[in-house]
Amino acid sequence: MTKKIKLSDITDMFKDMGDIEALEGVTIEGDIELDISGGGGLNPALAYALGHETAQISVHLANISRMLGYPVDQAFGGMGAGMGAGAGAPVAGMPVPSRLNELISSKLEVGNVEEWKHTIQEVTLGATSADGGSRKSTITIGGENALPFYFDAEMPHRNYVTMDVFDMPIGMAKAVKMNYEDVINDPAEWAKKVVRDFNADMVTIHLISTDPLINDTPARDAAKVVEDVLQAVDVPIVIGGSGNPQKDPEVLEKAAEVAEGERCLLASASLNLDYERIAKAANDYGHAVLSWTQLEINAQKELNRKLMKQCNVPRENIVMDPTTAALGYGLDYAYTNMERIRLAGLMGDDELTFPMSSGTTNAWGARESWMVSSPLKQDSDWGPREYRGPIWEIVTGLSLALAGNDLFMMMHPTSVQVLKEITQTLFGSIEEEPVDITNWIGAEV
Amino acid sequence: MKLNSPLQAYKFLPGTNCGECGEVTCMAFASHLIDRSHKLTDCGPILVDKFKKKYAELEGLLAPEIREVEIGVGDNIVKIGGDDVLYRHKLTFFNQNALAYDVWDTMDEVDLVARVEQIRDFKKFYVGEYLTLDMIAVRSVSDDPKTFADTVKMVMDTTDLPLVLCSFNPKVLKAGLEVAGDKNPLIYAANKDNWREVAGLALEYKVPVGLFAPNDLDMLKSLAKTFLEMGIENLVLDPGTFPTGKDLRTTFHNFLKIRRAGIGGDRDIAFPIMAVPLTAWMAHDDPVSASYWETVVASMFTIKYGDIMLLHSIEPYALLPEMHIRDTIYTDPRKPVTVDPAMYEVGSPTADSPVFLTTNFALTYYTVESDISSNGIDCYLLAVDTDGIGVEAAVAGGQLTAAKIKKGLDDAGFNLKDKTNHNIIILPGLAARLQGDVEDEVGSDVMIGPPDSGRIPGWMEVNWSREEKK
Repeated sequence: MTKKIKLSDITDMFKDMGDIEALEGVTIEGDIELDISGGGGLNPALAYALGHETAQISVHLANISRMLGYPVDQAFGGMGAGMGAGAGAPVAGMPVPSRLNELISSKLEVGNVEEWKHTIQEVTLGATSADGGSRKSTITIGGENALPFYFDAEMPHRNYVTMDVFDMPIGMAKAVKMNYEDVINDPAEWAKKVVRDFNADMVTIHLISTDPLINDTPARDAAKVVEDVLQAVDVPIVIGGSGNPQKDPEVLEKAAEVAEGERCLLASASLNLDYERIAKAANDYGHAVLSWTQLEINAQKELNRKLMKQCNVPRENIVMDPTTAALGYGLDYAYTNMERIRLAGLMGDDELTFPMSSGTTNAWGARESWMVSSPLKQDSDWGPREYRGPIWEIVTGLSLALAGNDLFMMMHPTSVQVLKEITQTLFGSIEEEPVDITNWIGAEV
Repeated sequence: MKLNSPLQAYKFLPGTNCGECGEVTCMAFASHLIDRSHKLTDCGPILVDKFKKKYAELEGLLAPEIREVEIGVGDNIVKIGGDDVLYRHKLTFFNQNALAYDVWDTMDEVDLVARVEQIRDFKKFYVGEYLTLDMIAVRSVSDDPKTFADTVKMVMDTTDLPLVLCSFNPKVLKAGLEVAGDKNPLIYAANKDNWREVAGLALEYKVPVGLFAPNDLDMLKSLAKTFLEMGIENLVLDPGTFPTGKDLRTTFHNFLKIRRAGIGGDRDIAFPIMAVPLTAWMAHDDPVSASYWETVVASMFTIKYGDIMLLHSIEPYALLPEMHIRDTIYTDPRKPVTVDPAMYEVGSPTADSPVFLTTNFALTYYTVESDISSNGIDCYLLAVDTDGIGVEAAVAGGQLTAAKIKKGLDDAGFNLKDKTNHNIIILPGLAARLQGDVEDEVGSDVMIGPPDSGRIPGWMEVNWSREEKK
C-alpha cells in the first residue's frame, strides 16, 4: 500500500458495505504522522486548531476500528460525548464543546497589597539587667507590615503565649483544673510550673482576690504576690487586676511600683475606670499598658488617643485588647473587630497601629468546652469533654491569630502547645518531613 | 460584582416603581441588588421580553466575582463560592463552606452504613436552628470501578446528602457516575495526567469537577482555563493541602493568592477552593493528634477562603468546632447584634413563674431562650439593654448594672409585685456581684441563677418549686 490516501477515504471505502461484520486478514500499514512543530509553546489558537485536527483523525480511526469489529467504545472507557456512537450527540443549535488535547498554558499573577504601607508599632515586654530589670530575656511583639502570615511581607516576630496564674483558687473547667491542683494555692509555684512544664513565654498574674466583692485583699498584699512571681520566674510578666474599676487603679499602682523597671504589661486601662492613674503608673515605673475596650473599634481609637495625648504614654508602651469572645459566643464580632483594627493600622490609622493581646482563656466560658453533655436533648452526643475543651481554646486563638492578634493569654497546656505549633508553622519556623499528598485519595487513614 | 453603586444598577431597571419586589422604589431595589439582599429575579417587570437585553446585561454585571457552584440535587443541594469580597466586614461571605466527610470503598458494609448515618444525623442546636454536616466524600482506595460503584450505591441508599466521588482513575469515576450521575455529584479530581478523560466525564454527565494541582498554581490555572474553554464551568480548585511545616505555610499562601486573584478579576481562577484537611491523618499516627490537627487546618481554611472541605474525623470534638467556626465566619455581619430590650414571655408564664434576666446581646439572649424553652420551662425573661454586650463582659464593663436592670423593668412596665406573687428576680450567675445593688435599686428579692443558662433546668429543680414560693 504505497498510494497515499486519507483516513476518511478508508471510511468511505467501507461505508456502503453495511453488512460487513468484521474484516479478516486486513492490516493497515504505514505511519500516521502528526507534525506539531513550532517549539517554545503553541499559542492557544493554534493549539486549538491542532487539537481539532487531531480529534478529527481519532474520530476516523475510531470509525475504522469499529468497522474492523473492534469494541471501540470499551477502549475509550465510554469516555464520552462525540466518541461513542450516539452518546452525547450534540444537540441541534447548541455550540458543541470542543475537546482539547493540550492544556492551555497559563500563569497565575498575583500582586501584593499596595495599601499596606504602614508598620505596626513594636512593643517589647520584659527588661533584662542591661535595661534595669531582672528578666532573663524579653519578648517583642508587633512590627507587622501585612496581615499575619501573608506573603506580602514577612512577620518580624512570632506569636507569644502568656499563661494565666491567679492569686487565689478559682473555679475552672475540670480539664484545666487537673493541671494546676498541686499549685492552686501558690501563685509563685503556679508561675514556675507554666514556664517549666508548659512552655509559657510569659506569665500573667491575675490579682482577682483584690476585688472588694471577693476577698478585698489590700493592694499592698497583692503587690507582694507580684514580687513573688517575679522572683519565681525570669520571663516577662503581665499584671492583671480583678476587673473592679474602683479598686484596679490602686492595685495596679502598687504592683507597678514593686515591679519597677521590669517592663511588665499592666492589665488594663479601660474607659470605665481611671485610666490616667494606670497610665501614670506605667510611665512612672517603666511598664507598658494594655488598652482594653469591648468589641468597639471607635472606643479603641478613643482610649488609645487618650493614653497617648492625655496621659503621654509612649507609642512603644501600648498594647491593645479589643476583647475576645469565645467560639460560638461572639467570636464573629471579636474576629472581625480585630481584623478591621489591623487593616486600619496597616493602612495608616495611627490610633490603631498597635500590637494586640487576646484573653483566649475566655473560650472556657463556652459551655461546649466544659459541660459533660449538651443541655439540649435534641443535640447529637457531644462526646468526651476533655477533648472538647482544649480544641475550643485552640480554634478561638487561631482565629484571632489570623485576624492579627500577637499575644495570647491562655490556660490549657495542650491548647498552648497546639496554638504555638500552628502559629509557628504559619510563621515559617517549623520544619517537618514533607508529606506526599499526590495520591491522598487512596491513603489508608 | 462589577457594580459598586445603586445608581449603576438603577439604570438597567424598568424605573416604574411598581413595588412588586417589595421595595417602594426601583432605586431602593437597586441598592438591595448591590448589597445582594435581593435577587434580580425578584423584579417582575424586567423579566418580560422587552427588557431581555437589559436583564442579561445587568445579570452579568451583578454576577459574583467568585463563581457559584452547585453540588447535589433537591433539598440537600449545596452551593459553594459566590463571594465578592476578601474580608467579611466589607459585605458578608456568601454560601458557607461545605463540610464533606469521607467514607472509602474498602470499608466493611456495616461500618460504612453506620458511618454514613452518623454523618447524616449529626446535629447541634444553635441560635434558633440546627447546625448540620453537608456531604459525603467517597474515596476509592481499592482503585476498582465495581467496588467503588457498589460503595457509592450503598451510600446513596443510606442518605440523600450530595456526594464527592474521589478517584484519580477515570474508569473508577465513570463507574461512580453510572450509579450517581443524575445526582449532580462533584467528581474529584482532574490532574495533569488524567484531565482529558475527566473532562470527558464532566461533559458527558454535566457534573461539577474538582481540579487538583498540588502546589502548582500555574498548572491549576491552566487546567481551569482549559476546562472553561471546553465549556466546563462548574469547577472547584484544589491547590493541595499539605498538612505540616513549611508546606502548610505555602498552602496557606496558595489559598490567599487564588482568592486575591479571583476577587481581583482574574476570571480563569475565580472558582470555589477546596481544602483537604484530611491529609492531617497522613502526618499523625495518634488519632486524637490527627483529629486535632485536622480541625486546626480546617478552621484556618474556613477563615481564609476554603469553600469546601474534605474531612475524616467524625468525633464530636472535631465536628462541633468545625461547624461553629464556619458559622462564625459566614454569619452576616450586617445582621443585628441585639434583640430589643424588653420583657419576653417564654412559654405561658403565670404569677408563680420565675423571672430571669439576661442581656440584649442577640447571641446571649437566644442561647438563654432556647435553653429555657427547649426544657419546657414557663418564665419571664428580661433582656436588659447592655448595648449588645454579653453578661460577663457587661458586668465588667459597667453596661449591666442595677440601674440598667431597674430601667429595663420600668420600660417594660413590669412591676414584680403586681405581675408575680413572689417578687423575686433571678440574676445570671456571672452577674452575682450585682445582688446587693439590685435588691436596693429594684426593691425585690434577688436569687442567683447558674453561671450558664444550660443549667437552669437543674437549678430550677433545686431552687424553684411552685409550692414553696406560694
